[in-house]
Amino acid sequence: MTEHLPVLQVVVPLLAAPVAALIRWKRGAWLLTLLTTWAVLAMAIGLLREVLDHGTVSYALGGWSAPFGIEYRVDLVSAYVLLVVAAIGAVVTPYARASVEREVDPGRVPLFYSAFLLCLTGLLGITVTGDVFNLFVFLEISSLAAYGLIAMGPDRRALHAAYKYLIMGSIGATFIVIGIGMMYVMTGSLNMVDLAERLPEISSRTESVAFAFLTVGISLKLALFPLHLWLPDAYTYAPSTATIFLASTATKVAVYMLVRFFFTIFGLTFSFETMTLHWVLTPLAILGVLSASLTAIYQQNIKRLLAYSSVAQIGYMILGISLATLTGLTAGLLHLFNHALMKAVLFMAMGAVMHQVGAVRIEAMRGLGRKMPWTMAAFVAGGLSIIGVPLTVGFISKWYLVLGAVEQGMWLVAFLVLLGSLLALVYIWKVVETAYFKEYIGDLSIREAPLSLLVPMWVLVLANVYFGVDASLTAGVANRAAEILLGLAP
Amino acid sequence: MRILGLYNYWVFIFLMMVGFYILISRRNLVKKILGLNIFQTSVFIFYISMGKIVGGTPPILLEGQEEVLYSNPLPHVLILTAIVVGVATTAVGLAIVVRIKEAYGSIEGDEITAMDNETPF
Repeated sequence: MTEHLPVLQVVVPLLAAPVAALIRWKRGAWLLTLLTTWAVLAMAIGLLREVLDHGTVSYALGGWSAPFGIEYRVDLVSAYVLLVVAAIGAVVTPYARASVEREVDPGRVPLFYSAFLLCLTGLLGITVTGDVFNLFVFLEISSLAAYGLIAMGPDRRALHAAYKYLIMGSIGATFIVIGIGMMYVMTGSLNMVDLAERLPEISSRTESVAFAFLTVGISLKLALFPLHLWLPDAYTYAPSTATIFLASTATKVAVYMLVRFFFTIFGLTFSFETMTLHWVLTPLAILGVLSASLTAIYQQNIKRLLAYSSVAQIGYMILGISLATLTGLTAGLLHLFNHALMKAVLFMAMGAVMHQVGAVRIEAMRGLGRKMPWTMAAFVAGGLSIIGVPLTVGFISKWYLVLGAVEQGMWLVAFLVLLGSLLALVYIWKVVETAYFKEYIGDLSIREAPLSLLVPMWVLVLANVYFGVDASLTAGVANRAAEILLGLAP
Repeated sequence: MRILGLYNYWVFIFLMMVGFYILISRRNLVKKILGLNIFQTSVFIFYISMGKIVGGTPPILLEGQEEVLYSNPLPHVLILTAIVVGVATTAVGLAIVVRIKEAYGSIEGDEITAMDNETPF
C-alpha cells in the first residue's frame, strides 16, 4: 500500500472528480470532496514522513522503469509542496459548503466540486511527477479546471476574467510545451533526472532557447510581474472558495515548477552562470513587490487588494529563489508555505464577509469589526502576517529573505524588502481602520459568520502563529529541500 | 540549401507568429480563440517534424526486416496528447464565450471591458 502512495495521491481525486459531477446532489458531492481531500492530506503526510525517513521515493508507473516509462519521483521538495497543496485543500473543503452554496448557481454546485477536485489532481500531479511531458498534462488539467472554477463566480465579470486567464494561461502552457519539445530534441529524454544528466553534455543554442521558452511560460503561470495581468481579475471575481484555493496553491505550484526546471533540470551553473538568470528575476521580483503593493493601496475592492498583494508576495518568493544561495532559496521555499497560510486566512475572511454582507468593497467594511468580530480578528491576524510582524509566519520568511540578501551584500535589496513590508502595512491598515474605527451604518441584522466558515479560518490563524513561533519544522524542511536543489545534499 | 531544407521549421515559426499576432491584435473573443488554435497547431507541426526522418517508415517490426529506418513515434504520440489538450482548451474557451454572449450580449472585447468598467464592484 505505502509503495503506491505517489500514484494514489493523483488517482484518488482524479476518480472522485467525475463521481462528484455525476452525483448531482449538492451535499453528496461536498461529502465526497471532503473525504477525498482528507485522504489526500493523509497520503501527503505519509509521503513526507517516508521521504524524511528513507529519502527520495521513486515509482515506476505501470511497471515501466525510468527513463522509458513515466516515473513519479517524490523528493523532499515535492513532498513539501505536496503537503502545502493537500493541507490547503483539506482546510478549504469544510469552508466550501456554506460559501459555495451562497455564491454558486445551485445547479452548478456538484460541477464546482468536480472542477475543484480536478484542479487539485492537476496540482498534486505536477508536484509528484518526474516526467516533464506528464508535468505539462497535469498543468493543463489544473488550468482548465481553474478556468471553470473562476467562470462560476457570482458576477458576470467572472466570465470575462476566466476568458482572459484562459488566453494568457494557454499561451504560457504552449510556451512550456515548446521548451519541453526542444529539450527532447536535444537529449531524447523526458525524464527529469535523465535530462539533468544529459543536458550538461550539450552546449547548443537550442538549450538557451528552450530555457527562455520555459522561463517565460512558467512566469506567465506564476504571475511574475509584468506577466501578472490575468491574476487580479481572476481572483476578484471567482467564487471565494476558488479564490482561496487558487491563491494559496496554484501560483505556489508554478513556483515549484520554476525551481524544478532551473535547479534540478538545467542546474545551478547553467541557469545562473551561463544564462545569468538573476539579472532577469531579481529586478522583476523587486519591481513586482513595489508596484503591486502600491497598486494594492489604491484598490476599493478588498479581494482585488489581496490579489495585488499576492502578486507582491510572489515577488518575494522569486527574489529568494533568484539569490540562488542556500539562505535565499530557503527563504523562497519557506515563503511558499507561509504565504499559502496567510493568504488563505485573508481570503477566507473576505469569503465570510461576502457570505454575510454580500459585498467586499471597502464601504462594506465600515464598522464591521463590531458586527463580525471573529472574522475581522482573523483578517487582522492574516494582515499582521503579510506585513511580517514577529510571532507570525510572515516574519520568519522576511527574516530569511533579508538575511539572504545581506549575506550577498545586497543592502539595497534588503532595504526594498522592508519597504515592501511598509507598503503592506498601509494597505492592511486601510481595511483595519475602516472595520474598527468607523461607525457601523449597514443592515442591523448582519451577524457573525457561521461556524463552518470560522473554524477553518481560525485553524489557519493558529497555524500562522504556531509556525511563526516554532519554525523548526517548516524552516528545517525548507532548508533541507534547498540543499537538495543546490546539490549540497543527495 | 540548409535553410530551405528546414522548411517545416519555418512553417512552424510562421504559424506561431500568425497565431500570436491574432491573439494580441484582435479584440473579438472568438477570433482570439482561433488565433490560439493556430498558435497551438504550430507546436504540433514542430513536434511532428522533429520525429520524422527522411525516408523513415512507421515503426512496425516486419519479419525478415530488422534493419528498417523508422521515424521516432514518441513525439507523434506526445502530440496526440497535446492535440487533446488543445481541443479541450478550445471547448472551454468557446463555452465561456457563449456564456459571455448571454451575460453581456456582445463578444467584442472592447465593449465588454467598457461594460465592466461601468459597474463598480
